[in-house]
Amino acid sequence: MREKFIEFRNVSFRYGEEQPWVLENVSFEIYKDEWVAIIGHNGSGKSTIAKLMNGLLYPQQGEIIINGIQVTAETVWDVRKQVGMVFQNPDNQFVGTTVQDDVAFGMENRGVPREEMVRRIEEVLKAVRMEDYLLTEPHRLSGGQKQRIAIASVLAIKPQVLILDEATAMLDPRGRKEIMQTVSEIQERNEISLITITHDLQEVVQAERVIVMNKGHVWDEATPREVFAKKDELREIGLDVPFVAILADELKRNNMRLSNEPLNHEELLEELWTLHSKM
Amino acid sequence: MDITFKDVNYIYQANSPFAHKALEKLSFHIPSGTFVAVVGHTGSGKSTLIQHLNGLLTPTSGEVQIGDYYITSEKKPENLKELRSKVGVVFQYPEHQLFDETVEKDISFGPRNFGVAEDEINARIKEIIPAVGLDEKLLERSPFDLSGGQMRRVAIAGVLAIKPEILVLDEPTAGLDPRGQREIMDMFYALHKEQNLTTFLVTHSMEDAVRYADHVIIMNKGTKYMEGTPEEVFTQKEALNQVQLDVPEIIQFLNAFESRFGISLAFKRQSVRDLATQIKEAFEGVKSDE
Repeated sequence: MREKFIEFRNVSFRYGEEQPWVLENVSFEIYKDEWVAIIGHNGSGKSTIAKLMNGLLYPQQGEIIINGIQVTAETVWDVRKQVGMVFQNPDNQFVGTTVQDDVAFGMENRGVPREEMVRRIEEVLKAVRMEDYLLTEPHRLSGGQKQRIAIASVLAIKPQVLILDEATAMLDPRGRKEIMQTVSEIQERNEISLITITHDLQEVVQAERVIVMNKGHVWDEATPREVFAKKDELREIGLDVPFVAILADELKRNNMRLSNEPLNHEELLEELWTLHSKM
Repeated sequence: MDITFKDVNYIYQANSPFAHKALEKLSFHIPSGTFVAVVGHTGSGKSTLIQHLNGLLTPTSGEVQIGDYYITSEKKPENLKELRSKVGVVFQYPEHQLFDETVEKDISFGPRNFGVAEDEINARIKEIIPAVGLDEKLLERSPFDLSGGQMRRVAIAGVLAIKPEILVLDEPTAGLDPRGQREIMDMFYALHKEQNLTTFLVTHSMEDAVRYADHVIIMNKGTKYMEGTPEEVFTQKEALNQVQLDVPEIIQFLNAFESRFGISLAFKRQSVRDLATQIKEAFEGVKSDE
């Protein structure tokens, strides 16, 4: 059995008494070392979930348990040591005047000794492949590089879970690829949980499990393969389906029997190969 | 309006130690009514290019011609304001530029500034609000109480309200969810067709370029790297990879398909449905040949 790391128990949240519920009776679990993608249309409650996970918001109903601790105003500082978060806009997340100052900021706040700080700065910058930029000023970095520094700053406080809240949305395709490569390496090496909140289908396909949100409810919770098999329903709730899944569907419509639900080009070509040799 | 660039150079902070060449010998001709996609990486000169389309920037050397307006280093046209009333620019994250008390006032700002009569402005708003997918009930609301997607639509409505002949879109769907992206792009495309606009779309999305554009310009380091129809440009995988751009996913698949099966299916901007039929026919054809 995998160890539970994050648990939402019947969580409901709204921004004010008069406001509609943003989340309604939401329950799910995320395990240690797991990579979960959370998807859903704008306003489905995805980002609210992220903010509840590190006590930027508190639910009106239900409980949120992080590594055995319930998130409350009293425990929030303990929780934040374990939950690292990177947001969408790379320009809103810099506090230092150089890359190393920026990475040091979070550690200074937590009273990490100097020698340890120096060691960790080196370690985390290496992890995001930015070790040559120690003294660079933030405005000289590309968007993708800035996001990698934001991730390094979060890693420096050694969180148990890393949450990327649309962290690649403002980047160009190359920047996106860099970030996703970096985080998947880190996730494998550091044995941390990874939660990616995203619209990017390539990011979703890489995750072990997907939580699909719709109108404040958990609409589905399954592997990417199982989720993308529900194409028509996904479109109905405003989500996209990968090219490969659409093509597989159209092939089936042409009476070409594919036995599995392919997720990438290789899998689809493999299916076609099998079919071709039987024709 | 036709758009022609002739040997356009643009240098930021020219004659200073910080001089930076953003455009180099850029030339192209776009006939009126074309939907152009401008693709390239951050720093490739895309944004500098589009700021020349309404005279926000004037070339350091060379000439920009937009319809009958000429912009060179020596002269900005005296009727620059008139040019700007014909070129609507939707900048990145245009909702950051909303400022007025109500949605209606915000949308009216542009046309009022260009001297459009009040009843004409009202008529335009009536027409534009449903076109951008907003509800008339929102007109009296503060734009700052709306959701991100709605704010984006209000900002776009403000640009459309000047009734431009040229529409310049700088990544207009960044940050929206997939349905919102599709709705907004389809809306621009419908307007482009209905009103016979000339449209410049700056995008990172090869998929959008394939879907909407008649003509593609690939920018790299301030120069025009490639130019042509989507069919011509996007089939050149090697050349695109050299500037770290990917070909659209359908072409990636066609290439992989060819190397696996030895069957070459041409890229004709076909729909996925047509592609499925082609694959089936190709398989059956190969079998009946044997």
